[in-house]
Amino acid sequence: MTAATASPVIGPGPMAGRNLGRRRRTDRIMRALLGLAAVLAVVPLLIVLVFVLTQGLAALNLDLLTQLPVPPGQSGGGVAPAVVGTLIMVSLGTLMGTPIAVLAAIYIREYAGGRGASVIRFMIDVLAGVPTIAVGLFAYGLIVVPMSGFSGFAGAIALAIIIVPIVARITDEMLGLVPVSVREAAYALGVPPWKAIVRVVIPASAAGIITGVLLGVARIAGETAPLIFTALGNRTVTTSLDQPMDALPLRIWVYATGPYKSWHDQAWAASLLLVLLVLLFSVLTRFVLARRSRHRR
Amino acid sequence: MAVIQVAPGRVRNLLQERRPRRGEPLFRALVLAAAAAVLVVIGGLILVITQQSLSGIVHNGGLAFIGGTTWDPVHEIFGALPFLYGTVVTSFTALVLATLIGVGVALFVVELAPQRIAGPVAFMVELLAAIPSVVYGLWGIYVLAPWLREFVETPLHKAFGWLPIFAGTPIGIGFLSAIVVLTIMILPTVAAVSRDVVAAVPASQREAALALGATRWEMMRMGVLPYARSGILGAAILGLARGVGETMAITMVIGNAPVISASLFAQGYTMASVIANEFTEATTEIYRSSLMEIGLLLLIITLLINAAARLLVWRAAGGSSARSVLA
Repeated sequence: MTAATASPVIGPGPMAGRNLGRRRRTDRIMRALLGLAAVLAVVPLLIVLVFVLTQGLAALNLDLLTQLPVPPGQSGGGVAPAVVGTLIMVSLGTLMGTPIAVLAAIYIREYAGGRGASVIRFMIDVLAGVPTIAVGLFAYGLIVVPMSGFSGFAGAIALAIIIVPIVARITDEMLGLVPVSVREAAYALGVPPWKAIVRVVIPASAAGIITGVLLGVARIAGETAPLIFTALGNRTVTTSLDQPMDALPLRIWVYATGPYKSWHDQAWAASLLLVLLVLLFSVLTRFVLARRSRHRR
Repeated sequence: MAVIQVAPGRVRNLLQERRPRRGEPLFRALVLAAAAAVLVVIGGLILVITQQSLSGIVHNGGLAFIGGTTWDPVHEIFGALPFLYGTVVTSFTALVLATLIGVGVALFVVELAPQRIAGPVAFMVELLAAIPSVVYGLWGIYVLAPWLREFVETPLHKAFGWLPIFAGTPIGIGFLSAIVVLTIMILPTVAAVSRDVVAAVPASQREAALALGATRWEMMRMGVLPYARSGILGAAILGLARGVGETMAITMVIGNAPVISASLFAQGYTMASVIANEFTEATTEIYRSSLMEIGLLLLIITLLINAAARLLVWRAAGGSSARSVLA
């Protein structure tokens, strides 16, 4: 199969007319390029992680978590208001968003027909694609304007909307991994469908749903854009939901774009906290997902 | 029998319900309400943002707003074109780069790499999506932008400064940094979804090509890629939607200047960035409402792009996977 002698009977086939040596060379080059693409994709992750680790560790200390911000230019102090605010808003957002997400996933898997399920799934995917800054604008119009003030509550609502598609889609997949036979076993005992779902199907997929929630928590904990004009930020610790509230990503943004070296250091340290949280939960989800899909086979 | 002996109390409990069955319709209503809530939120998003931008729409008009090149809050002249330009330039350029690399990664993972390598590579690429935007921004300001200025922009400017695209003083912060950061951020979306699509190509396609004597690459080019084309297009459009809506990292590295410039080194602005940056400083009702109008524009664009992309991907990958939401 050297040079161009394509058989007239089968027409010029895909390999015809090309020198084998050249084809092999092209193959080697393209394989190398595909490998290069993989390297190009992985390297940025490593670079970002290395910088966040080294810069963050250098500035990480207990004061960061427990102290109030000091006046600009002074060193020391911490981001306690942001830690508290993130804890409050993320918990509240998760508590509000998770039940809706899990119930919607149950509807998709257990109640909606094929077409209804597709429609709701499609809508959840679309909601996942809405820019988080637009969710912030929505929460602003919905809550900040009527309450005539920025508040941690508005921030929590925005985060709740963002966590719904994440948890819903993971729960959806987890429910799909529970074998039909398990449901049928429950029905055979005379158990109504809803009870079979609550007592058998949900417990069977609980580990997956919980990791999905954790992953969602990690995602919304890192969200900045939806909090800018809902929670606004705050330099003092507050726990009242009708007051402006600080959050770690907001503080990182302000400190990163500010002029002081001590601010930049604290921004790196706070970033390290966020990244560790996200990595931990992502690896956990990955582990559970992999285990589950092995079970299915 | 064995099962009943293991948990007799539990089974008895399950069986005890003999009263009229109110649970089922109640539960059904509950889950239906939750599913409906998703639709309500999407409707509410459109409604509330439209309502909030009404006075802006009245003041700025619609088409005139989109075509307006001046952004002057002091004199209440609002035109969205510089932001549209910034969004289009950054997200399309990043999209092209991310698609080239992302499809490469997908082919590498599915077709070439042994399982031992493929798994970790795919996972690490997906992890890129998990890092918070603001962390990319921080890294962009203090690591990427200075590096680009030193090793990319300055040499390019010295050699090709007469080209408009490389004109102006390279300071690191600007379009180039924004494009690089954005490429990294939408890469996981394109790569993960492309991977699903490529993996969904039937093995017979590959076997047929190999049986004809195709090399590995020829098999991908002639057997796999044509089959996966529409799905990859969907993956790319999904990445585009990500890029258009991406806010914080871009805001931190693009320089935030409402000007239209052909240079890669110039500072710019995007739709999402101007909202993030100026909304809390918007002192007048018209100013605030004009920013809302940009938000409305952004929302409509991303909804349309998303809907189109999901449909393409669903058709190609045979249904949807959670990965397209997570990555």
